[in-house]
Amino acid sequence: MLGFIASIIDGVLVGLVYGLAAMGLTLIWGVMDVINLTHGAMIVAGMMLLYLLASALGLSPYLILAPSLIGGFFAGIALYWIAIHRMTGRPPLMSLLSTFAVNLVLVGVGTAVWGTALFNVEVSVPGFSLGRYTFPGPHILAAVLAAVIAVGLYFFLHHTRTGKAMRAVANNREASELVGIPTTRLLAISVGVGVALATVSGTLIGTLFPYTILSGDSYELKGFIVTVLGGFGNPIGALVGGVALGVLEGAVTPFVPVSWTLVIEFALFVIVLIAFPGGIFTRRRGGL
Amino acid sequence: MVRRPFFWIIALVIAVFAALPAIGNNVEMRESLVLACVYITLASNLNLMLGYAGYINFGSIVFFGLGGYICVWLVYAHNWPLLPSLLAAGFGVSALALIFGLGILRLRGHFFALATIGIVEGVQAFAENFSPWGGSSGIYISPAVFKPFGGAAEALWVIYFAMVAVMGASLYLSYGIKSSKFGLGLLAIGQNEDAAAILGVPTPFYKALVYCISAFLPAITGGLYFFKSAFIQPSDAFDLTLSTEAIVICMLGGQGTVTGVALGAFLYEELRGYLLTSPTFADFQLTIAGVLLLIIVLFFPSGLMGFIYSRFPRTQKVLE
Amino acid sequence: MKRLYLLAAAAALIATPAFAQNTITIGFTDSVTGPLNVDSLGQTRGYEFWRDEVNAAGGIKAGGKSYKVKFVSYDDESVGGRVQQLYTRLINQDKANFLFSPYSSGLTAPAAVISEQYGKIMIDSGGAEEKPFEQGNKYLFMVITSATHYLSGAIEALKEKDPHAKLAMVYSDDPFSKDVLAAAAQQAKAAGLDVVLDESYSPSTTDFGPVVNKIISSNADAFLGGGHYSDGATLARQMHDQKANMKWMSILVAPADDKFAELGPAALGVTVPSQWEVQVSYKPQFGPTTAQFVKAYEAKFHAPPDYHAASGYTDGMILQHAIEQAGSVDPEKVTAALNAIDVTTFFGRIKFATDPGHHGLQVGHKMVLAQWQMINGKLGRQVVWPTEAQSANLLYPMPASK
Repeated sequence: MLGFIASIIDGVLVGLVYGLAAMGLTLIWGVMDVINLTHGAMIVAGMMLLYLLASALGLSPYLILAPSLIGGFFAGIALYWIAIHRMTGRPPLMSLLSTFAVNLVLVGVGTAVWGTALFNVEVSVPGFSLGRYTFPGPHILAAVLAAVIAVGLYFFLHHTRTGKAMRAVANNREASELVGIPTTRLLAISVGVGVALATVSGTLIGTLFPYTILSGDSYELKGFIVTVLGGFGNPIGALVGGVALGVLEGAVTPFVPVSWTLVIEFALFVIVLIAFPGGIFTRRRGGL
Repeated sequence: MVRRPFFWIIALVIAVFAALPAIGNNVEMRESLVLACVYITLASNLNLMLGYAGYINFGSIVFFGLGGYICVWLVYAHNWPLLPSLLAAGFGVSALALIFGLGILRLRGHFFALATIGIVEGVQAFAENFSPWGGSSGIYISPAVFKPFGGAAEALWVIYFAMVAVMGASLYLSYGIKSSKFGLGLLAIGQNEDAAAILGVPTPFYKALVYCISAFLPAITGGLYFFKSAFIQPSDAFDLTLSTEAIVICMLGGQGTVTGVALGAFLYEELRGYLLTSPTFADFQLTIAGVLLLIIVLFFPSGLMGFIYSRFPRTQKVLE
Repeated sequence: MKRLYLLAAAAALIATPAFAQNTITIGFTDSVTGPLNVDSLGQTRGYEFWRDEVNAAGGIKAGGKSYKVKFVSYDDESVGGRVQQLYTRLINQDKANFLFSPYSSGLTAPAAVISEQYGKIMIDSGGAEEKPFEQGNKYLFMVITSATHYLSGAIEALKEKDPHAKLAMVYSDDPFSKDVLAAAAQQAKAAGLDVVLDESYSPSTTDFGPVVNKIISSNADAFLGGGHYSDGATLARQMHDQKANMKWMSILVAPADDKFAELGPAALGVTVPSQWEVQVSYKPQFGPTTAQFVKAYEAKFHAPPDYHAASGYTDGMILQHAIEQAGSVDPEKVTAALNAIDVTTFFGRIKFATDPGHHGLQVGHKMVLAQWQMINGKLGRQVVWPTEAQSANLLYPMPASK
């Protein structure tokens, strides 16, 4: 029983991080109906930044969140102008392909520079124990930070001018333009924020597990599942979806061989997609 | 159809593919063309969904992989001869596609694309756990299965000609559908599905039918490919990158065209083979592929054929 | 008559330095990119180190000719589908005379299909799975101990330390690891040890949190499992982070790499079945001794060799020996020489099975068990089993996480 409770707690902790990792994906999706396939590569960029700064300068991993956030924002703006701006109004396939192309370039350069070796950043934060089960400190801290960042994003979207304008653009781009909202600039900022969320989540995930250049793929796939569970274009929903996925993993593993977890996850993913096209926790499409 | 020049162009392509390596027994060229055949078959059938009906299918590899598994498994576990195994693979996978299709074809745009990714990952995870198929270690077939063909060397040639035939069938299928009422209906769905439905196109039926048809030949080519390899494992059979490559190929050549997709597949395989084995580019092959794709998407969205059509408008009458 | 002898001797003397400069081409693929690249690197270095030494010594001498060794290799990206394409190319376009294996069982199996189809000899140091050797292959030879025997030493040692140990077996869902653990489960049962958990995970797993909780819940006190580098190292770290506090941990492959030391305290006390360690001392019938090999290797790569490097080097050495014995590079003659081999090198004894049901399988070589311990204040591997070969005592139970 204690083992089951521990698995659930673990699921919530990991789920919050999944949620954060999916938030950037779902934000860009919601605002401009673009699936950003560089998301996984951007998560890895956050991880590599962590490795470089933590091992070269000996900085605390949690201090690196700031440069990761800022760097990610500007990388996102660049991504918008390179791959997304020209795709507005074109069929969805085109933006999928343009971001996929950038992803190939990023992964290609990454593997040429670093290979696919495993990187490990040691973090010592005291953990918490429940009987024989231990919840490592970095996991707890990462979960708390993920929640804080999600709440921060919520306030940004609902209580700042830029955030409100972003929601307006998400709702109806033509109408926003008519009332004088500079949509192009806002779209660029949205991609910036979305990518910044990806790099920050990468930096946080890097404190939990060792990783390679290719680790981003699995978080991107999880990001899709989370997005489907939590609703498209809804960052708070992403957090809820992340926790749902984490708890599902935690609840399932004690009873089923671990190798079946993925089958269950993807089956659920397809079923939810078909049954609730638009996500479980969404009230309406396009609303943030 | 037989009177149109394009019919004979396809026949010529098939003849060239079959004859070129056979003259002089050129095994190296044959092996390179095997992969070109696989790419052309996959991309042409994907094109039925993507280029005609406008549905982004990341799951085309599932047809290929499942076809391979069914065929190899029948040969290995039940000692079936190759031909019935291949047919079983083709019809079995088409039937599965119909079942999958009825579910996920209710989705559109991004949502359909995502569901197909889910299917790839789900099926791969399933195959890794499914013990009759050897789980993650897959299935080996003993070299003895090549005996009826007169040995491995002869068997490889027979398989190659079969693959060329399947590739040719894919091209005729693409061409045949494009010039039929069914094809017009699909193109209408690709333009505007709601409008097509209002104008009387039976959209759910057409979509399910094309999804089902687009599974048949890839499944057979998968069966041939993995029979040739004498080995199948989940990570190779359901490699998502091959699906993505098929989409890239359709874009490269010009989605919705028959010639462009085939040409794109051929060029892509040759380019990739070159990059992979070139000492200068081996480290940067992904980067180069990415930059090329980005340039195409940004500046030549209608692909190679779009470019050719606009430069030489007359070709539109001859090349589909 | 005497003059004739002299003439012949003189002719031989002149002919010796003017050995016709022939080359033999050896082809292989390695995983420069993809998830296997850490493990693959050692093997490739072993191959190249052998080639450089052979060529510096004037090449392989057989039947009055001397052959320089030339390599052709491509990156297989750790993907099985590429392997067959590239081996076909190596054979047909690059005209490779002989082949070496790629790294890992999952890649060696598809490569072996090609080498058999074209009748080329392939020496395998990267794939320990036994299945490819049960297909009646004629030209495939394995210099390393096969998967079935990987953990037998660990189980013997564990039984001696605690005859009532409860085992958790959690391993990567790949052909090699499944083969190893399936055999280990049987050996554990035969030894009277209780297996309380037996499960596999997807090779792409990045988070082992739920798995570790499951291991704790199973009340096991010994852990056997892992797969290749990335998953094995991650698992070791999370076992430590979550204070699973096993008395015994054996992880496949990953801890045999020196990079494993990067895990710091999580590495301490972990054992690994190893094909070879720098401490072993077999008396070689030919080729370098372990000390010579280690010294020359370190001088070249500025790092000590791991077992993948040693087995890669052995690949080359055995092929060379067979060619010299055969006095020819003719594949059938070299195959016959390989079938007849029974030698001891610095890597250990090498002898191949010759019955059709297991042809080419390694039956001479034995593995050791190594453990990560503190050596002069630094983490390093010591050979701890079998006792007659040990360089340090086994730490049991292993140190607890703090």
